[in-house]
Amino acid sequence: MSISKKDVKYVAALARIDLPEEDLEGFTQTLGKIVHYVEQLQKLNLDNVKPTSHAVPVGNVFRSDAVKPSLTNSQSLAIAVEAKDGCFKVPLVIE
Amino acid sequence: MAYQKTEIMSQFEPVIGLEVHLQLNTKTKIFCSCANQYGCAPNTNVCPVCLGLPGSLPVLNRQALLYAIKVGLALNAEINSFIKFDRKNYYYPDLPKGYQISQFDFPVAKDGFLKIKSGNQEKRIGIKRAHLEEDAGKSMHDNTGSCSLVDFNRTGTPLIEIVTEPDLRSPQEAYDYLNILKLTLQYLGVSDCDMEKGSLRCDANISIRPVGQAALGTKTELKNMNSFRAVKAALEYEIRRHEQVILAGGKIVQETMLWDDTQAQTQTMRSKEEAHDYRYFPDPDLVPFTVDYKTIDSVRAELPELPQAKLVRFLSQYELSEYDANILVADSGMADFFEAAVKEYPQAKKVANWLAGPVSMELKNRKIPIHGLKLTPKALVELIAKVEDGVVSNLVGKEVLGLMLDQGKGAEEIIQAKGMAQVSDDSALFAIIDEVIAQNAAVVDQIKSGKPNAAGFLVGQAMKKSGGRANPKKLNELITRKIAGV
Ligand SMILES: [Zn+2]
Repeated sequence: MSISKKDVKYVAALARIDLPEEDLEGFTQTLGKIVHYVEQLQKLNLDNVKPTSHAVPVGNVFRSDAVKPSLTNSQSLAIAVEAKDGCFKVPLVIE
Repeated sequence: MAYQKTEIMSQFEPVIGLEVHLQLNTKTKIFCSCANQYGCAPNTNVCPVCLGLPGSLPVLNRQALLYAIKVGLALNAEINSFIKFDRKNYYYPDLPKGYQISQFDFPVAKDGFLKIKSGNQEKRIGIKRAHLEEDAGKSMHDNTGSCSLVDFNRTGTPLIEIVTEPDLRSPQEAYDYLNILKLTLQYLGVSDCDMEKGSLRCDANISIRPVGQAALGTKTELKNMNSFRAVKAALEYEIRRHEQVILAGGKIVQETMLWDDTQAQTQTMRSKEEAHDYRYFPDPDLVPFTVDYKTIDSVRAELPELPQAKLVRFLSQYELSEYDANILVADSGMADFFEAAVKEYPQAKKVANWLAGPVSMELKNRKIPIHGLKLTPKALVELIAKVEDGVVSNLVGKEVLGLMLDQGKGAEEIIQAKGMAQVSDDSALFAIIDEVIAQNAAVVDQIKSGKPNAAGFLVGQAMKKSGGRANPKKLNELITRKIAGV
């Protein structure tokens, strides 16, 4: 499987990366190499290997349903670029 | 644009599937220890996990999983022995991480069903899956219209998404399914199921196809319905729209439509994000889970009697009318109250009538649930006994009920204090009767000449004089006796 410029543009758009046209060629090649590297896995016989969703053999880690203090409003808004009325202020969202 | 109902309609068959999102009422959020609470000041129930800060790690709330298993079992679904969480990637300001933690290929529950009544028959509506996920925050438009404001309190609220198979064939079936689903969920006690607060939300998929055709038509997705009534109206509208587009030779475009309740029509949701590519992949922050039989069995043991089973039992065990039984079962608190009352006073039909009638009326007027009433099952049956024993009339009994609820006192005390007891004492009644007879000689003559029905008029007059407190049965008996000269 090879990566096309169109794929790279699409992935950049999904990731909200404003990719300049002059960088397109370079990224297409780099991404292609990475995908090609991973493709080596397809040569392996994995018939007896179970699909893995997690690399560490740990499971069933739970938290009990007990409330712990949250941040205060000013603590949470400390990371906001802009704030208003106790909320994070962001560019207008139009549905 | 209005799409009128047409006779052509019968040529087409609607195919409907529903997705219900339910907020679970755990004490804390699904992946952090912030309070899961509605209506707090903005951004005060948030922590680094909620805000998606680097280095924070989500950890699953065990109670949320147990609730999801409970919902799965109540929907007759299979509980997956292996489950995991996945990232659903998209950008929106109310989603701080840039992805929602959800479940993709191993949901908590799959392949269930709920039964609805379709005409006189039962119909199984397949439940494809029920999975856990986190809710997003809330974005509001600023009143200046120049920016949006985001409150992350809702972020991480545990949600269970319940997806049906495309088994529904009419807006009415969709409506019936939603009602029985909601009632079932309320019985489980896992959510308050309040659509106004957004704790229960519903989206619908709808397509139509010529009757007899197996292949499905192109579907549209309907969003923004704020009540079950709105779901039904939106589906009805959309079916008509599909028909007229197809009959005019056009094609339905697969897209998301928003229901506008005030205009009573659907509108295309214009959004750049229309072609979603969520790129689901396993969330490396969360370990996988195995659900063993012991856990499932212990949740199953906690399942309450569900509404449909309760209805069948009430009809047979107490010989109630379907009407009364439905009213009782529609509220698990009411059903429990009923059974507790019947233990004290075994006339089930009488108790059911009082609950379905006057008590339901009071609940409606006072806008409170039955457990909010200052009324115990014992107090209600004491009142019913007073009415049955003729101490107060049925009408006065309802008045006593209102006072009991206002004052939190027993029937006996209120009847005594207000002097509401019926006058059944012969000498007191004869004093009234003598007066009435003296004032209505003509009527008395009619009765004597063989028209005993005229006595009713005299009873009415006597009731008036007694201020409604005389026992009408007793009055009738005494008037008849008096005139007959016995
Ligand atoms: Zn939190």
